[in-house]
Amino acid sequence: MSTEGNYYVPEQSKLPIVTATGMGILAFGAASWVIEGGSPTIFLVGLLIMALVMYKWWSIVIDENMRGLANDQLKKSYVLGMLWFIFSEVMFFAAFFGALFYVRVFANSWLGGEAAVGIFDDTPTDAAAANNEILWPGYQAEWPVMVTPDQAANGDAAMFKGPEQNMNFPGWSNLLSWLPLWNTIVLMTSSVTVHIAHTALKNDNRKKFNTWLGITVALGIFFLFLQAEEYIHAYQHMGLTLETGIYGTTFFLLTGFHGAHVTLGTCMLLVQWIRGLKGHFSHEDQFGFEASSWYWHFVDVVWVGLFLFVYVLA
Amino acid sequence: MAHGPATLADGWVKYASRWLFTTNHKDIGTLYLWFSFAMFILGGSFAMIIRAELFQPGMQLIKPEFFNQMTTMHGLVMVFGAIMPAFVGLANWLIPMMIGAPDMALPRMNNLSFWILPFAFAILVATLFMEGGGPNFGWTFYAPLSTTYAPDTVNYFIFGVHIMGASSIMGSINIIATVMNMRAPGMTYMKMPMFVWTWLITAFLLVAVMPVLAGAVTMMLMDINFGTSFFDAAGGGDPVLFQHIFWFFGHPEVYIIILPAFGVVSQIIPTFSRKPLFGYSSMVYATASIAFMSFIVWAHHMFTVGMPIAGELYFMYATMLIAVPTGVKVFNWITTMYKGSLTFETPMLFSIAFVILFTFGGFTGLMLSIAAADIQYHDTYFVVAHFHYVMVAGAVFSGTAAVYYWLPKWCGKMYDETMGKVQFWIAFIGFNITFMPQHFLGLAGMPRRYADYGLQFADWNMVSSIGAFMYGAAQILFLFNVVRTITHGKPVDKPEVWEGAEGLEWTVPTPAPYHTFEKPPQVK
Repeated sequence: MSTEGNYYVPEQSKLPIVTATGMGILAFGAASWVIEGGSPTIFLVGLLIMALVMYKWWSIVIDENMRGLANDQLKKSYVLGMLWFIFSEVMFFAAFFGALFYVRVFANSWLGGEAAVGIFDDTPTDAAAANNEILWPGYQAEWPVMVTPDQAANGDAAMFKGPEQNMNFPGWSNLLSWLPLWNTIVLMTSSVTVHIAHTALKNDNRKKFNTWLGITVALGIFFLFLQAEEYIHAYQHMGLTLETGIYGTTFFLLTGFHGAHVTLGTCMLLVQWIRGLKGHFSHEDQFGFEASSWYWHFVDVVWVGLFLFVYVLA
Repeated sequence: MAHGPATLADGWVKYASRWLFTTNHKDIGTLYLWFSFAMFILGGSFAMIIRAELFQPGMQLIKPEFFNQMTTMHGLVMVFGAIMPAFVGLANWLIPMMIGAPDMALPRMNNLSFWILPFAFAILVATLFMEGGGPNFGWTFYAPLSTTYAPDTVNYFIFGVHIMGASSIMGSINIIATVMNMRAPGMTYMKMPMFVWTWLITAFLLVAVMPVLAGAVTMMLMDINFGTSFFDAAGGGDPVLFQHIFWFFGHPEVYIIILPAFGVVSQIIPTFSRKPLFGYSSMVYATASIAFMSFIVWAHHMFTVGMPIAGELYFMYATMLIAVPTGVKVFNWITTMYKGSLTFETPMLFSIAFVILFTFGGFTGLMLSIAAADIQYHDTYFVVAHFHYVMVAGAVFSGTAAVYYWLPKWCGKMYDETMGKVQFWIAFIGFNITFMPQHFLGLAGMPRRYADYGLQFADWNMVSSIGAFMYGAAQILFLFNVVRTITHGKPVDKPEVWEGAEGLEWTVPTPAPYHTFEKPPQVK
């Protein structure tokens, strides 16, 4: 990379083509793996290539920045890139939240032969009633769906059987053993600690920065641990799995993708922490850390939505 | 960095590595354009197979299962492989030149966005040769056809769409960052050429909806392989949910395809009318309104699925509203031509055909937007005719116009005007012979996506197939003309290739140097 006049003119790079190759192998491998009798080998090869090339790519970007090659204009491009990437992530979650709302507001009521919401149709239409009576007799709309339409109509012969228990608020007496609440507290706290770290860095207080960022990473890992505990509990003791109808489906997919993003966010912050220990960043130039912290706040906000619409408001 | 790009004379290795490792917006634009043309020919040959089979009633050439794969792959390859990359290629070539930038904002990511595509489409096309065959559920891949009843190869389709989406998102983020951050001093937003404006808005749409498509295919993947029930009513889900999510992506997607086409036409018509674009700011606002409205009209694709009547009415009226900003655009193009000193070079011919035929397709769209009437038209050839008028006579005509218009700037040589005009007339006539009769077929009740049809549809189907072969032949002529221009074209050396052309790209030498602006140009 070099700058000519006011403009930055890039050199050729081998990184993109290797990344694209890795991505192609990864996608092909993932598809052949999920098909019955498939093996994960190709997928893992793709994953390895991706991991190596991403490490290399970011190392180069960090190195360029440390050597002062990245000018202000390029830095602003990175800021814009990160912001719009987070926006695309918001839209990815929007699809899953949209599915949850649609199922809760419309599909579930219609399957139960009821009207959905007032402004759309007050009275159950004949179609909805017939849908219930003919296709899913006995199904009663409720959320969480504990007895699936299949189960209501076909009993033990059903393919989809509902869960034994759900994740809803277990009552005030059990408040302290309700994991989602702890998860919320942990993640909210981590948003504060990452902000403290940010402020410390801006004030050039490196020690405080390292400490609070370290705490944030620890909280992220603790959140993931709690989430794993919750999943194990769901599978082993609550009869709540991916196969238990739409409640399990939306629960695991929404919390699961959130968990995947927390994992990514934790990795990002971990890298920034290690960089901090190595003495990277200055009080005015810290974009790698800033971008990671934006991402961290984003996964936090998603969690608030999850906590409300998946756990609390039933 | 002053050295030029490697040519064949530098040896094969250097030449190949130029394209593989490039970070140059012009090289990447060229790669996108050639790739999209290759996909256009591939998707076109699928269409030729479809039209050959439909030449006469009865099954002659292929089996119905293969016919289904052909309709599906034709749609997927044309939308995601041909039209979208073609406009990304134009964006790569033109946006930096038009706003006075040295290159795209994130050049390495730019190269990555391109090179994902060959892998994605290799995966997709490879399914045709696998056990169970390729995707056979239509390009809209409605559940449960694409889940419960899909061949195993649907998993390749899903992951192919995933990486293709990643490519689109990165490409769009790059365009947004370029337009927001790399404009030359003095190039304010309201001075940007319309092509740049339409692409900025398109990129925004892409970043907003490609992740939703990723969500939709992810839900399919889970339903197929991991026992979830998003799209299965037995578990409490709903197949209609798939259609809602798909069209929340799909409707903005059709504007993603057409908005850059609007941009191209808004560049070409003023040049050959020798008048500035009429109503520039209203063009910008109309584009933004169309983009906004694209998010709130999706269920007009689903009028027959069984929605509450209030929903049907809302989506009907909201859809009709889009005719207003679209009308503004058509009005502005026509007013730009009004009392202009018009000449009819090939790009202008394609652009005028675009305005006429796109408007025609818009009107059939209005007919389809009437919920009550749509129950008759739904899933008939009328719909096929409608969207080919906007996709082919809209997007593809404008893409062709763009190539003729900027080709001299790109390679420094002039195309053969006579051959261009001949190609235009073959394409124009062939296109109308293909798709006009499909309106009649649809109104008479012929359903789309069927491998066979009743005898009453035989005549117009034969006409339509003849037109399709004619239109296909026009593309071979197009390819020939472009290649011949590059190899034997008459050199052009003045910066302003066209007499009335405005914009920064016409101020730099022809052909445009490998690095256009090494210092920011001044914009008045």
